[in-house]
Amino acid sequence: MVEYLPILILFIIALGFAVTNVILSAIFGTQKPTAEKLTPYECGIDPVGSAHERFSVKFYLIAMIFVIFDIEVVFLYPWAVAFQSLKLFGFIEMVIFIGILFICYLYIWKRGGLEWE
Amino acid sequence: MEAYIFYIMAAVSVTAAVYLIFEKNPVYSALYLILTLVSIAALYILLEAQFIAAVQIIVYAGAIMVLFLFVIMLLSLNIKEELKDAIPFQKIPALFMGILLFSVLCIILKSKFVQGKQGEYTSAYVASVGNTKLIGNLLFTDYLLPFEITSILLFVAAIGAIMLAKRKL
Amino acid sequence: MANVSIMTFNILSILPILTLAGFGMIVLLVDILSSRKLGEKNLLAYLSLMGIIVAAILARNSTGTTLFSFNESFAIDNYSLFFNFIFLLSTGLVILISHSYIKREEINHGEYYALILFSTIGMMLMASGADLLNIYIGLEVMSISIYILTGFKRSKLISNEASLKYFLLGAFATGFLLYGISLVYGSTGAINLKQIAGFIADKGSISNPLLLMGMALIIIGLGFKVASVPFHAWVPDVYEGAPTTITAFMSVGPKAAAFAAFLRILMTAFGATHYEWQKIIYILALLTMTVGNVVAIAQTNVKRMLAYSSIAHAGYLLIALVAANDMGMSSVLFYILAYTFMNIGALAIVIIVSQKGDEFIQIHDFAGLGFKHPGLAVAMSLFMLSMAGIPPTAGFVGKFYIFSAAIKSGYIGLAVIGVINSVISVFYYLRIMVIMYMKEPTRDFNPLTLSPLIVVAIVLSVIGTLHLGIFPSKIMEIAQQSILILK
Repeated sequence: MVEYLPILILFIIALGFAVTNVILSAIFGTQKPTAEKLTPYECGIDPVGSAHERFSVKFYLIAMIFVIFDIEVVFLYPWAVAFQSLKLFGFIEMVIFIGILFICYLYIWKRGGLEWE
Repeated sequence: MEAYIFYIMAAVSVTAAVYLIFEKNPVYSALYLILTLVSIAALYILLEAQFIAAVQIIVYAGAIMVLFLFVIMLLSLNIKEELKDAIPFQKIPALFMGILLFSVLCIILKSKFVQGKQGEYTSAYVASVGNTKLIGNLLFTDYLLPFEITSILLFVAAIGAIMLAKRKL
Repeated sequence: MANVSIMTFNILSILPILTLAGFGMIVLLVDILSSRKLGEKNLLAYLSLMGIIVAAILARNSTGTTLFSFNESFAIDNYSLFFNFIFLLSTGLVILISHSYIKREEINHGEYYALILFSTIGMMLMASGADLLNIYIGLEVMSISIYILTGFKRSKLISNEASLKYFLLGAFATGFLLYGISLVYGSTGAINLKQIAGFIADKGSISNPLLLMGMALIIIGLGFKVASVPFHAWVPDVYEGAPTTITAFMSVGPKAAAFAAFLRILMTAFGATHYEWQKIIYILALLTMTVGNVVAIAQTNVKRMLAYSSIAHAGYLLIALVAANDMGMSSVLFYILAYTFMNIGALAIVIIVSQKGDEFIQIHDFAGLGFKHPGLAVAMSLFMLSMAGIPPTAGFVGKFYIFSAAIKSGYIGLAVIGVINSVISVFYYLRIMVIMYMKEPTRDFNPLTLSPLIVVAIVLSVIGTLHLGIFPSKIMEIAQQSILILK
């Protein structure tokens, strides 16, 4: 557990730094808001429409495919660590696992899931 | 020390979860969910389950949260529009059942009936072999079948994403 | 360095599952690699059917053996075998009736067959799972495939809505199941059903509240999958919105799989806490039958009516679960088999009679079918009689076994309510027959969606319904042998 102490300390320092700065700027900063200042910055041009624009479903598709292969990779970590004791048996089972997901990848590819239409 | 960290993290996760439910802006809700997931990852570390903690951060707080945000932006809910409660009469029974469930859980946890079974491995043993390695050894031997079926599950998920979200097939 | 024992496992035990997985992937590969102009895609249906047949032959090889492999987490015994045959049979029938339907509805994609095959893998895993992890993974594979299949008519709003509803509620129910599993694991330290039973026997922890709560949550999770009241709210909308073939698929396979897991978990792991879960299931059975049958009367949409009838049938099956004696358990197997034939048969006829894009088929659309197409009307009447439980059909024998099992265990009240419910159900099943034969046709039935495959499916269903109704003893004997392992 002790080895996580530095992470905890760093976390507290980072959090403290951010919070302190926000508080300090709120106390000492001068605030003179005008309508111009409050508009979102869009390269100096007057903003058109709402910033809350609908995202295309294409982003979702890519994110979903990413999650699937992300999970595949997560399984590789314990496999790699335990590889020496698993030997050939472990190798074969991982080949099967990745093989199935390779077919999955082939499917996504051929179906045009990776194309940005 | 550990106990303090546990209580802090548990409090953070529960508070964030409550905010997640009551927050009106869905994007803020998603951010609170990240906070919940990260504090739960800290709890996993306290339980010496470092691998699970890492997976929690990588997969849940990372990848799945991105998916959440994409879906929220895809739906592009108008925040000002109050969500109408379709079944208003469920509030009181829901509150009642919630309190009931909470008290039952408290009674269970206080009662002496609960004797969790001692695990097979001591923490000294886990520390000597390594948490991830132990998981690997178990996952790829005893739990081989669920592991392999997971690939089918991921395959099905990919088909679902393509079938339901792709414009042209 | 840690010692790793490569555990013994029998690759033969999962051969049917491997076959289905292999064929599912081959179907997909053939679909995506062949030219898009293949058009008819008959090949895919035949390939999937071949997969089913090969899997059935391989499954048949292990008849009579009892073996646990994969660290005692996967059981091949007569019980799982019986269910595997039900799954393969229902999947085969669904593929037969799908062939012309998905062409008509223009959803003729290779994914359709692949998902059906993958879903069957999940069901087989649930029936064979001897630990909660396998059952859970099987349930997920099965459910997620069906969520997608429900929304397969991508351009139809009602199909998308059904898919979303099913997915959200299903995910919620899975959450309950998973919470239950974790509570059971937390209090017993085991996910293997036998080890859980061993722990309960050792510690006599019937009064362990954590364990009981876990058990109750598992019952909720599986109760959702078998569509029992009060976890039934999704059923009518989902059955109505899904493609009709998928309605047939999900009213049989997943229900059978959930009952397989239900029986195995309750009998093997929680056999000692018998009196605790019996009370819960008793109430579930009572509510499920009554609500299903009473609400079905008010339905005019055929698919919604069959949805409520499916809820009611789950209620009858739950009676057998309450009885929990030999006869009760074997009658579950028998009844599910009978239900497979009659329900898929009835929905096949709904598919034939309905027109493209017409998912709102009303019972009055059947008016005059008896004069125009007597063959179809006779088959439909047979399925309706069987569901109502009138001899000499499979439904009658199944109900007879279930109610006598309940009486044997002393649940006379429950059996009486079951009989009353059957009488109620006769009303709405016979109504369809009356409309078919007594009313003048209001519409033109042509063109019927007929293809040789769907006719084969209906003929098989008719034969099955009659055979089980007239010669039930052989199948009942097999069912009785199958449940020996649970004791």
